[in-house]
Amino acid sequence: MLPADLFRAPGRPGGVKGVVTSSRRTTLGGLLTLVLFGASGGCDSARGGAPIEDGRLQGRIAITGSSTVAPLVGEIARRFEEEYPAVRIDVQTGGTSRGIADVRREIAEIGMVSRVLRPEEADLLNHAIAVDGIAFIVHSKNPVPALTHEEIVGIFTGETRRWSEVGGGDREITVVNKADGRATLELFLSHFELRGEEVRPSVIIGDNQQGIRTVATSPDAVAYVSIGTASFESSRGTAIRLLPVDGVDPTLEALRDGTYPLTRPLNLVSRADSNLLVEAFLAYAASAEVHDLVEAQYFVPPVE
Amino acid sequence: MSRQWSEHLLLWTLRGLAMVAGCIILLIGAFLAVESVPALREVGLGRFFSDTSWHPSGGVEAGSFNFAPMAAGTLAVTSGAVLLATPLGIGSALFCHFYAPRGLGVAFRRLVELLAGIPSVVYGIWGLVVLIPLIRQWQPPGQSLLAGILVLTIMILPTVALLTESSLRAVPRSYLQGAAALGLSRWATVWGVVLPAARSGIVTAVLLATGRAIGETMAVLMVMGNIVQVPTSVFDPVRALTANIALEMGYAMDAHRSALFVSGLMLLAMVVVLVAMSVWASERSRYA
Repeated sequence: MLPADLFRAPGRPGGVKGVVTSSRRTTLGGLLTLVLFGASGGCDSARGGAPIEDGRLQGRIAITGSSTVAPLVGEIARRFEEEYPAVRIDVQTGGTSRGIADVRREIAEIGMVSRVLRPEEADLLNHAIAVDGIAFIVHSKNPVPALTHEEIVGIFTGETRRWSEVGGGDREITVVNKADGRATLELFLSHFELRGEEVRPSVIIGDNQQGIRTVATSPDAVAYVSIGTASFESSRGTAIRLLPVDGVDPTLEALRDGTYPLTRPLNLVSRADSNLLVEAFLAYAASAEVHDLVEAQYFVPPVE
Repeated sequence: MSRQWSEHLLLWTLRGLAMVAGCIILLIGAFLAVESVPALREVGLGRFFSDTSWHPSGGVEAGSFNFAPMAAGTLAVTSGAVLLATPLGIGSALFCHFYAPRGLGVAFRRLVELLAGIPSVVYGIWGLVVLIPLIRQWQPPGQSLLAGILVLTIMILPTVALLTESSLRAVPRSYLQGAAALGLSRWATVWGVVLPAARSGIVTAVLLATGRAIGETMAVLMVMGNIVQVPTSVFDPVRALTANIALEMGYAMDAHRSALFVSGLMLLAMVVVLVAMSVWASERSRYA
């Protein structure tokens, strides 16, 4: 049984009298806050009011953090809201670091984190909801078959400048890197044992979508993005191709059996003093009931 | 309600509204300043220009905070766009007002007005899909200062053209009649009479367009490649201050975040200087 079902009174169908405010209404406010006040403002939507009224879950949850995790959490939140109509969940992106900072500052109840928690972040509770990997993508017309660890290091440090050196056409490589502070960049750097200054990019992008758009419009570009996002876009006909790394294809199977080298957990983090509503949502997001949503986003459910 | 009373009500309502508008500007300025204080105090203004690079996420000690290359990027893309848009804009305004057949002139003006209403993200997509592949064939990677300059030129062209046109229209009719009575050719009239008379309006148009170019974010973020470096050619990718704020604000914390506010303050200062220049330009020509 889903833990949240415990709070539902039997034989009292629908029609909760709790205060229900639309989650959409805060979007503009949230956007303005983001623009004008950065992370310091934020909305304190989720506090106030008991999480259970008439024996049913009600209230608001604010979730911020990684743009990789956000689409999945958005889907989970939608399903959760359908199940508990008096619950409203706001999902905002802004990156892993912001998710952690917002939870610590009590601006958000839950943070989305697309990497392993660091030792100094042990004050937060961690809930793994999926496993993702980082894929290297090129334009679909790029003939290069695969890249090895050394070739990737060479390309991103600027030692390899032309595709012909790694089995492609005689064209100059456009190296697409992520902006400072993104979890994808951190995983990339730590896996390849590089420092941020060593990478010699020709283009710097923000989120996964911008990376995919950049590669899809430039035949000589190489970028690294979330496998989930890349597979999703590639399945919808975007002109990108995911490259095997060290001979392993970035597929869901390779992620599942752990053979793909560049993986990371997608986590939700919360404070130790979370209320029942937040705990119910966290348990729901980690439960088998949302595994179909996880797979629909081309992620893999976490190993038990 | 007596007539006087209603006048009073209107007067104070309008005063109140004007004050709200003024206060918002002051509040934004004050907010930027307050948020900048931690970075200015802990990092110091000097390091924003003397550090080796821009890697601010390391924190006050380990990070480096040199945003001079981005200020250079902003200046380069803005001045390039203004240099291109000014002759184009003034030229199209002159064409529209003095040379075009009536129907064509009206149609042309409508087109320019339409250009002014296109959202900047659309210009960005256009740059990404059309302009960058063209530049790439010439000089890879395509995302470059040149792409930014061209997109910005098209974006600020309507500002220059429309404001110039309205100042051409404000040239007193008697000047034109005088020129005609002297038997001046059309070009001599434009060059010798109309342009000097409309000078302050044209200068204001160019300065306003410059302000828009400095502040433009989305389109430059999408087409310029965002590498933090001082450009040595127009084919180098560069990052503008505005693009930097948009790229990093969501992710920035502590000193990094505050450093972004410092760059915001710097942008505001640039625009203040521009506005002051435009006021000075129009005052000077009025008393000349």
